[in-house]
Formats: sequence, C-alpha cells, structure tokens
Amino acid sequence: MNLLLAVLVPFIGAAWVAWASRRGRAAAAWNAGGVALLALLLLWPALTAGFAGQTTIERLAWIPAAGLDLAFRLDGLGLLFAAMILGIGGLVILYAYYYLSHQDSLGRLYAYLLLFMGAMLGVVLSENLIQLLVFWELTSLSSFLLIAYWRKREAARRGAKLALTITGAGGLALLAGFLLIGEIVGSYELSVVLASGDAIRADPLYLPALVLVLLGAFTKSAQFPFHFWLPHAMAAPTPVSAYLHSATMVKAGVFLLARLFPALSGTPEWNWLVGGTGLATLLLGAVVALFKHDLKGLLAYSTISHLGLVTALFGIGTPLAAVAGVFHIINHATFKAGLFMAAGIIDHECGTRDMRRINGLWKYMPHTAVLAMVAAAAMAGVPLFNGFLSKEMFFAEAVDAAGQLRFGIWLPAAVTFAGVFAVAYSLRFIHDVFFNGEPIDLPRTPHEPPRWMKVPVEILVAICLLVGILPALTVEPLLAVAAGAVLQGPLPEHDLALWHGLSPALWMSVIALVGGVLLYLGRKPLFRLHDRIEGRLDAREIYEHLLEGTLAFAHRATAAFDTGSLQRQATLIVVSALVLAGTGLLGAAAPLTGPRPLLPVDGVSLIAGLALVTATLAATFLHRRRFVALTLVGAVGLLVALVFIKFSAPDLALTQLSVEVVTVVLLLLALYFLPAETPAESRPSREEGAGGGRAANSRHWRDGILAIVAGAGAALLAWAVLTRPADTIAGWFLANSVSGGGGTNVVNVILVDFRGFDTFGEITVLAIAALGIFALLENLHLPAPRHDAHGRAWDADIHPLIMATFARLLLPLALLVSVFIFLRGHNLPGGGFIAGLITAIALIMQYLANGVTWTHARLPAHTHPWIATGLFIALATGLASWLFGRPFLTSAFGHPILPWLGELPLASAMAFDLGVYLVVVGATLLILINLGMAHQASHHDPTPKSLLRSDLPSRGEETLGAALRVSREDPH
Amino acid sequence: METLIALAIGTLTGCGVYLVLRAHTFPVVLGLTLLSYAVNLFLFSTGRLAIGQPPVISAGASYTDPLPQALVLTAIVIGFAMTAFVIMLALRARAELGNDHVDGRGDAL
Repeated sequence: MNLLLAVLVPFIGAAWVAWASRRGRAAAAWNAGGVALLALLLLWPALTAGFAGQTTIERLAWIPAAGLDLAFRLDGLGLLFAAMILGIGGLVILYAYYYLSHQDSLGRLYAYLLLFMGAMLGVVLSENLIQLLVFWELTSLSSFLLIAYWRKREAARRGAKLALTITGAGGLALLAGFLLIGEIVGSYELSVVLASGDAIRADPLYLPALVLVLLGAFTKSAQFPFHFWLPHAMAAPTPVSAYLHSATMVKAGVFLLARLFPALSGTPEWNWLVGGTGLATLLLGAVVALFKHDLKGLLAYSTISHLGLVTALFGIGTPLAAVAGVFHIINHATFKAGLFMAAGIIDHECGTRDMRRINGLWKYMPHTAVLAMVAAAAMAGVPLFNGFLSKEMFFAEAVDAAGQLRFGIWLPAAVTFAGVFAVAYSLRFIHDVFFNGEPIDLPRTPHEPPRWMKVPVEILVAICLLVGILPALTVEPLLAVAAGAVLQGPLPEHDLALWHGLSPALWMSVIALVGGVLLYLGRKPLFRLHDRIEGRLDAREIYEHLLEGTLAFAHRATAAFDTGSLQRQATLIVVSALVLAGTGLLGAAAPLTGPRPLLPVDGVSLIAGLALVTATLAATFLHRRRFVALTLVGAVGLLVALVFIKFSAPDLALTQLSVEVVTVVLLLLALYFLPAETPAESRPSREEGAGGGRAANSRHWRDGILAIVAGAGAALLAWAVLTRPADTIAGWFLANSVSGGGGTNVVNVILVDFRGFDTFGEITVLAIAALGIFALLENLHLPAPRHDAHGRAWDADIHPLIMATFARLLLPLALLVSVFIFLRGHNLPGGGFIAGLITAIALIMQYLANGVTWTHARLPAHTHPWIATGLFIALATGLASWLFGRPFLTSAFGHPILPWLGELPLASAMAFDLGVYLVVVGATLLILINLGMAHQASHHDPTPKSLLRSDLPSRGEETLGAALRVSREDPH
Repeated sequence: METLIALAIGTLTGCGVYLVLRAHTFPVVLGLTLLSYAVNLFLFSTGRLAIGQPPVISAGASYTDPLPQALVLTAIVIGFAMTAFVIMLALRARAELGNDHVDGRGDAL
C-alpha cells in the first residue's frame, strides 16, 4: 500500500496546501514541504529495498475483467527517479518560497507543483502500462497549469497550450503504442513486457509499436522535430522550469526509453530512430543555445541538447551506453536544476534575463556567481565536475559505435562538434553574465539574494562536485541499481573515474574544451550570421500554420454540415439512420419473421392497441393545436402503461404512470408561456419570400415520407425481434435474486444491487439534469399571458375550496402509499424510483391545489440538499462495502423480525434505494417548483399588491392552477 | 399480439420523427416524448412478450426477462429528465429570443 499512498499523497496534499495557504506564505511552504517529505517517508521502505536490488511490486484489483490492475513497482530505475522527483521537488519548494513575489499566490503554485509531483511519481512507479499512461497524461495536464501559472500573460498561456498540444498528442500516440505492445505480449504488466523483449522484436507489429512509443517519448523529452515547445515553456516561473525541465517532465520521455529498453531496443530500427533523433537534437540544441540572448532560452536549448545526448546514448543501444545514459540523467538533473535556479536568482535580482544587458554581476553577487559557474562548468563537461564523466562515457560510446559503421568517423566528429558548442554556450553563460564589463540599464541594482534562496543551489552544486571528484564513492551504488533495472540483467564492466588514460574520448574532450573557448572568442561574426538568418525557419511557425490549417478545415467541414438549422440537422440524422439501418436490414439474408409462436390477440388488447395507435396519429395530425396534442400524448403515455401491465411488467407500469403525470403537469405549466397554437409552417416567412410557402409544403411531404419510412422500419425491426426466440441472460438474475440480492422483485434487485453502479450513474444524470434546469430557469422572465388564446381572462376562482381541501387530506395518504411502495420494493413491484415519483406528485398536488405561496410557507423552497443527500447516501452505501473488503456496491441483507411490523426484509440495498428515492423526489420537485416560481416571477401584477394581499390571493399565486385549467374554457 | 406491439412501436416512431422535424419547439418536445415511448417499448419488447409472468420470485412460477425491464425503468425516469430539460430550454430560448422557433429565428410572436 505504501507505493499507492506515496503517489496519492501529493494529489491530496495539493488540495490541502491550497487550503493551508490561506494562513500565509510560510504555512503554504511548510505544508508543501511536509507533503513531499511524507511521500518520501512512505516510499522509504521500498527505497531501501530497491537500493538492495529488490523490486517492490504492489497490486490492487481495479478492473480485473479488463486485465487492469492498480499496480505499482519500485526498482532501481523507479528509485532513482522517485529520489530525483522528491529531492529536487523539495528544493524547488524551498526556492519558490523566495522566488515568487508577494502578489503571486504561492498556494496555487505549490498545489500545481504537488499535482505534478504526484503525476510524475505515478509515471515512474507504475507497473501497469495503461496506468502509466494515465499518469503520463496527468503530467501533461499539470505542467500545463504550471507553465500557465502567470495566466494573465499571453506568452505563458501560449506556451502552456503549445506544450499541452505537443505532449498531449504524443500521449495519444503512446497509448496506441502501449495497446500494440499489450496485443503482442498479452499483458500490460511491465514485468511481463520487459521479459518478452524477443517476442516483441520478432512481431510484425514491432515497428508500428516502436514508432508510436517513440513519438510519445520524443514529444515529452522535446526531441527534434518536437523540441520547439520547450523554449516557449520558459514563460513559466523559474522554479517551475527548474523542476520540469531539469529532473522531471522532460525526463519522463527518456525515462520511458530507459524503462522499455529491454523490451524494445536491440534492433537496427531502434538504433537508427532513437540514435538518429538523439544526435539531431543534440546538435541542434547545442548550436541554437549559443545564440540565445535570453538566459532561460539558452538553458532551454541546452536542455534540449542534453536530452538529445541521453536519447542518443540509449539509441546506441549497448549496455554500457545505457549505463552512461542513466548516469547523464542524474548529472543533467543536478547541474541543470542548479543552473535554472541560478538564472532565476539573476532574473529576480536584475529584473531581466537579457544577457546583452546583464554583465559583470561578479561584483554584485560573487557567491551566486561561484555557484552558477560550477554548475555551468558541469554543463560544459569540464573535468572535476560530474558532467565531464558522463560526457566522456558518451564520447567513448560514440567512438565504439563508429567502429560498427561504415565511414563511421562522422559520428565522433558530430559528437565532438556538439561538445564544442556546449563548451561555448556554457562559457557564454559565465562570461556574459558575470564578467564582460558593466551591467547595462538594469531595472534593479542586483545584490545577493536571501540566504536560504541559495541553499537549494548550493546543495545541487555540492552534488555536482562530489560526483565529479569522487564518482565511485558517491554515485556508483545508485547508478548500479538504476542501470541494473534498466538493463534487467547483469551490469557491464564500467569504471567511473576521472582518468582513463589517453583514450580517444579524452582527446575529444580536449578538442571540445579548446574548440569551445576558441569558438566563444570568435563568436562575433557567427552572431552576425545568426541575426541574418534568424526567424527564417521557426518550427513553431510551421506548427501554427498546421494548427490553423486544421482548425480552418474543421470549421469548413462543420459549416458544411451545420447550417445552424435544427430541422436540417435532425433531417440529416434521420436520413443517415435510415440509410444505415436500411442497408443493414436489406443486406441481411435472414427471414423477417422468426419461428417464435405468436400470442393470441384478445378483444381488450386489440381495442387498447388501436386506441394507442389512433391517439398517436391524432396527436400528430392535431399537433398545431398544442393543448389537444398534449392531452392526446398524455393518453398515449397511459396506454403505454397498460401495455406494461399486460405484458408482465408491473414495475414499469407504475413508473410510466407516475412519470406520465409529472410530464403532463410539467408540459402544461410550460405551455402557459408558449403560444397555444403552432403557426402554420407554410406561411411564407420574411427570409424565404414568396417561394417559402411551396418550400414549406414540400417539407411537410418530405418529413411525412421520412416519418413513414422510419415508422415502418421500426415496426419491422420490432416484429423481427418479437418473433424470434429470446436468448437471454435473465436466468442468472432470476436464480441469484433471492440468494444474492435478498429480494424477490428481480427488477428492483437488478437496479439496486446487480447493476447498482449503472443506477448510481443514472440518478447522477437525473441530478445533473435537475441542476441544469435550475440554472436555465434562473432569472427567467417570460411574458405571462393575461388571457388565453381566445382573449378570455383566467378563471377568477383559482383555488377551488374542495380541491384544496382534498389535496391536503390526501397528502398523508399519498405519502403513506409512497412509503409502502418504497418498503415493499425489494420484494414486490415498487422501489425508490416509483416511491420517489409518488411523493413528488403528492407534493406537487399541494402546489397545484393550494398555490405557491401557501405551499412555500410549509415546504422548503430548494430541494438541492435532498438531491445531494440522496447521491451521498447512494455513494456511501456503495463505499461501505469496501469497508468489508467487498467490491463497490455489494449488498448485505437480513430479515429481522420487529415488534408490531413483523418480518422486515432489510437489505443494505434499501439504503441505496433510499438514495434513489431522495434524488428522484428532489429532482422532480426542483424542476416543477422552479417552473412554478417562474410563473410567479414572470407575472406582472397590474393591481397594487396592498389591495389584494388581505383577502385575495395574489395574481402570481394563481397562475399555477390557472395554467392547468385552460382546458375548461378551451373549446377544442 | 406481436403485430399489435410492432404496429404501436412503428406508429410511435413515425409520429415522433415527424414531430421532431417540426419548426417550433413545443411539437418537437411532444415528438421526443413519443419517440421515447417508442424506444422504451422497443427495448422492453426485446425481452419478448409474456402474459402473467412478472419477474417476482414466487413458488413454481415462470418469469419473463427482468433485464430489459430494469433498463427501461431507469430509461423512463431519465426520459422525463430529458423532456424536462428540453422544454425548459425551449422556455429559455423563448425568453431570450422572443420566439419559439427551433432555430430562434422566424416570425416574432
């Protein structure tokens, strides 16, 4: 459980810190640090085990049927990354406290950072590939929030969007790649996948899977040609850059390469794709970095370059190269995080990041300068600093790999060329910023930052030095377990030392150092050349062209289909449904009529059936007279309820009956605000002109034909189904209803027990619909008609005494019935849905008979809490079964015998049904009462209220009842 | 009996489709109501027709298929929520746009 908890802690901590930040900046920082520490403590046992070479795997059943487990894994590689994520994360939390100005919300930054931390931990600790992908996408999302932290700035928003688009698209490719791997291996478990490398490489799907996975990794790790999002992500606050672009976000891509190394590497495809991309990225990043005037821009391109280096190492594919790759991951994380922090300090103190203006800071902040210089030296690969060691291993590997290639000399040459530029841009970072004359026109006078702001940098720089001078004593054990986990096999001979003799790699280092210095000294003409060609080729422009093109195409395609006319849309949908269903039906060779014996028709059924058909047709033909049509539709609904009774569905009949009542009441209330008659469509409207009449006429014909075809199709389909014998899974439900669900009403047991999860979803939908309606009705002001369609005033006798009295008398009885229906629901027709509707109708009756004012005084105006309580009860019932170690919504039941009441069939499902009941009551009342309130609100009262208040009910109050009594005066 | 039900489903579907294609909101809502009757009846009838065999366990009885019934039961309630939502949308559109045309244009009322 520890791994799961460690991943969850930052997510929960994010909300906690956001809340705690109300108590001040310090509280936010302490809490955020505490969360990171807690996650580290939770991981501690697994970390120590991982250090001893053991792999910890934890598994929780998630969707066992789909082969999905919530599975976590901590081995050497996970250990290394978890340590970096939490360690550098902790330093960044401390650093951000000083970096961020007091106007910016520290709590929000920490909350995002912790979200990101949790997502990243999830990526590196996942055992299941699909689960890994979920966390992978979470890193994209949370990094979006982080990059767009200064959300008022255009650049931040654009950069965040760019990063999200690129990495999100890569995530989709990765998902496809994982699915292919899952297809090949038959499992998404990493342990299985890593052990089936040979099977994967031999599979014909290997190449597509490889390309898709690499797309995911390359977009995340900003590899060429997807590198361009990273420089734009520099719009983020510097602590974010230090975290995301040194140790975490961009490292997720190379993490994936390392993780899947045993499964995917070892083929020419891998070598060329991964190695080639890495090399191209290495060169491009190194060259561009030199010419960036923005401090963070330089670091961004240098990051791209170093990520390319790591990728190239994995691409070379030998075990030793993989060891070097892991080593460089560690080194880059330390010196680059330190450099970003130093750049942040400089930015913080100078108010700008432009290296053409920042000069000669040595005098102002010598301490920071030393730290930055050490980190930059590590970045350049100067001996005695950690970057030198892994870079020399890289050079050696390049020489080795060149031996395998024809004309392979270009490989060491290209690598050395990149090394020259790396030295040059590192030198520029040092010389331009700390020396090179005096600062030019800085917004602030720089001085040393607060003491504790430098501490994270000092720690990182100390690591750079220690690793650089004493590699075997410091980093070797960690590197050994991490590389061992990458290779999933024995570790190759490697020797972490400063001096390896006069090897070719050493000469390459010397050339890089000397060449870099010379290059920097002769930089002026190069910069002029760069200025001339800058902006000619910007990957982002290509990207934006592509994006705009896609959007424009989407707009055009949408506009071609959607002309803004619902009628046209609906016609298109019906026609395409008919075409599709028609081709399906006509293409089928099976006979229309199946062998099932037909039921005989009796007289009553015949009459009811014909009545249903007649009423439906009448409602359609008379639809322009809306009140009549509505009445007929109500009759159709009642006849449908009769159908349910006839064919052994008492629960459905009860539901249909009560829903019908509510629907008709609702539609009547709504009709009050709408014209009583539909204007003829054949009347030419303004736009259509004189030809409109003919067009509308032909539309009637067209719709009529569509309707007949659709009706005939549905009838034939129903006929084909009804005449075939049923092949059903009902047997299981019937057999297990009593033993498994403790109820004899199988329909209810299915609803609240077997398929309780579905029902939970459905009541949620109901609740959402009710809330949506509540929002729609808010501040709704409709002109309320003072007369009916024929110009007559509404009935003055608004609440007839007899009706009001009886409605009040009936209320307790109706409620009693609903309780009865509810309680018996598990065993006999009834249950939460039906009982809820009955209760709602009983209460609505009070509104209708007694008016809004009277009823409002006695009932709560808002039923939102009922809905919320209902959902909560349903959810809690489901969760309660977890407490007993059973799956969600497993029910328990018993039959206690109570005094007076006798045996009470009591199942935990009944609590769930209570939730259903409350949601149904709450939603139905919310809908109807608010529409009733709209009546009240809309009604403009012509008479001064004071005259009416005492003896007459107000006009607003009468409208609810009045709307329903339109019929009495309506001659139709 | 099967003929009768198929006929009812066909009529409900046809009339529902015709009304859904109308240009004013209220007939469209009525059409949706008819369509949901049709769909509910169709779903229900996939359990086949049986008389006097409700799926309530008792000694020695035979039962019809309970699963379509459970599906339809919630469908009826959700259908109500949908109808309610659409009619409120129609009211809101009437309030905002001043007419009850489905596209919010046409003759002002």
